[in-house]
Amino acid sequence: MAEQSAPPVQQTYSLNLGPQHPSTHGVLRVLLTMDGEFIVEADPIIGYAHRGHEKMAESRTYLQFMPNCSRMDYLSGMIYNHGFCLAVEKLAGIVPPERARYIRVICSELNRISSHLLWFGTFVMDLGGFTPFLYCFDDRERILDILDRVSGSRLTYSYCRFGGVARDIDEVFVQATRDFIQRLRSRWTDYHNLVTKNVIFIHRTRGVGVIDRETARQFGVTGPNLRACGVPFDMRKVEPYEVYDRFDFQVPTGTRGDALDRYCVRLEEMEQSCRIIEQALDQLPEGPHRLEGLRLKIKPRRGEVYFAFESARGLTAYYLVSDGSAYPYRCHVRVPSYGNLHCLTEVLKETLVADAISILGSIDIVVPEIDR
Amino acid sequence: MTETVATSAGSDWLRIIIGLVVVLIFAPLNALLLVWLERKVAGHIQLRLGPMEVGPHGLLQTIVDGIKLLGKELITPSRADRILFPLAPVLVFMPVLLAFLVLPFGPQLVIREMNVGLLLIFAFSTFTVLAILTGGWASNNKYALLGAIRSVAQNVAYEIPLLLAAMAVVFMVRSFNLSEIVMAQHRVWFIFLQPVAGLIFFICATAETNRAPFDIPEAESELVAGFHTEYSGMRFGLFFLAEYTNMFIVCAVAATLFFGGWHGPFGFGLRIPGVVWFLLKTYVLLFVLMWFRWTFPRVRFDQLMNFSWKVMIPLSLVNLVVTAAVLKLL
Repeated sequence: MAEQSAPPVQQTYSLNLGPQHPSTHGVLRVLLTMDGEFIVEADPIIGYAHRGHEKMAESRTYLQFMPNCSRMDYLSGMIYNHGFCLAVEKLAGIVPPERARYIRVICSELNRISSHLLWFGTFVMDLGGFTPFLYCFDDRERILDILDRVSGSRLTYSYCRFGGVARDIDEVFVQATRDFIQRLRSRWTDYHNLVTKNVIFIHRTRGVGVIDRETARQFGVTGPNLRACGVPFDMRKVEPYEVYDRFDFQVPTGTRGDALDRYCVRLEEMEQSCRIIEQALDQLPEGPHRLEGLRLKIKPRRGEVYFAFESARGLTAYYLVSDGSAYPYRCHVRVPSYGNLHCLTEVLKETLVADAISILGSIDIVVPEIDR
Repeated sequence: MTETVATSAGSDWLRIIIGLVVVLIFAPLNALLLVWLERKVAGHIQLRLGPMEVGPHGLLQTIVDGIKLLGKELITPSRADRILFPLAPVLVFMPVLLAFLVLPFGPQLVIREMNVGLLLIFAFSTFTVLAILTGGWASNNKYALLGAIRSVAQNVAYEIPLLLAAMAVVFMVRSFNLSEIVMAQHRVWFIFLQPVAGLIFFICATAETNRAPFDIPEAESELVAGFHTEYSGMRFGLFFLAEYTNMFIVCAVAATLFFGGWHGPFGFGLRIPGVVWFLLKTYVLLFVLMWFRWTFPRVRFDQLMNFSWKVMIPLSLVNLVVTAAVLKLL
């Protein structure tokens, strides 16, 4: 009788993290191959929120596509609208008035702060601290109110227009923004006492989920995640668009590239955004907020444009091809979360499942932006 | 002679039965109050009000929630263990109730005086872990199983320093009887004589009850809901009740061991009945537990185990040895 081989001992098992899981922030599924509590392999599976935005662009006029932009990354919708406007303006050769450019920057930076605040709250919640989440939402609420005043919506703004913005800002807006910045600065002490200085928090984040420069480069990681490993790459500085070159602000960087660094970088970025807003408010020129006499259905000349900008999550870019008609021939969006998410396949190896959550939280992904 | 023994045994039984009935009424009501209190504490810590709609300041909210839970369908996963799955919520609640038997609420206000009261409570509280393991395993869900495994590891790790910290008090009183421990504190509370033991006890008690920052078995951001992921309706409700009753028990034990039980502070408040002092102290400790939960992030599993084996156990051992040495020398 042939010698019976021993039955294979299964030492690993697979665990589905998501698509419905409290910490995957949207419908993301990560297929984990686990050995006890350790992760052997992580495979992010995307596509649960695919809506075909890029294809949709081909059957919509440029202006009609504007609302789609803010629905890709719904947390930095203003910045996405802003970037799309700049891309189309570059393609069609439109130069918006000065005042409009300042207003756009102010709104975009407010949006960046609101996005980072939401990330801050959910990240700490992933680590089990529930209270900072509500504090952040309280702060974020003020931004939403401010942006609601000018744009009429609180999340998906569609406030920018080709050659300007939809509505001018008034004194109330300016005052509310200044008040908010003052309020936010007074809150830092609370946040630092509650979170940054907390021993448990430091132990949960320091040295966890280290993305080194090489991995970041290979996977196309951008934004705060890249800056946390010490690369001062920020489109606002590297290739200043709009009026960003007129402001004095720093690009905060980290050294270790771990979750704690990513946390610190984002916190510092909020402060830098406050500085930009303050300067923009001080320099805010008078004049029209929008170019007059522009056709609603703009028809850029034949050609293509690639325009990259810095959204709250990193390098975002629109690639538009025009065939001279009112509809884009082709639209492609380069989203930062895609690269940021896929470096997880490397980073999650040999980590604990509890760390997987904090790493996933620390890289700040928005799933609909990945799936588009 | 035999007759008196029989009657005393009879009255003993009567006492236990009455006590159990009272406990059966008190425990769920107390849990409902605690859930409400937790939501209020959480609300006020988080700059909001918490439940406000049902009843004055939302007092009836948890009762309504309880009724809702009673009306919910009991879902059993298709591959779950038919016997153990429904049994686990009952198992988890039983030992918690039994622990009330020996708790001294006031002088004479104890259901059953026992020489080994303290040991009995620890024995019962350990039993809860078995029920959690049963529930997690019977659910046939990976998250539930992971939660159950963590729960066992955590409870084994924290039971030891908990007991060692309590032993320091036992050394001083030379008794396991909870009433005698309280009586020994009529002048000075043991928290002043045994601050280290008190601290260790409270931290371990937090871990014992799976409360944040040690709520690892049910870490909702990692394991969905941990061991009770698959439970619904009143089965989930029983886990919930057991958790809150367990919180009450450990805080009551902490109040008994370290905060003078039914005694007023420094001999004050003698006119106020002991049970009021006892409940007051217990609820203050419960508030601290809630305060913990809404302030701290969660500790990671391996860090939690390291903390117990490398810090808590050696520290409690040293404390115990020092206590023994000092007692011997005095």
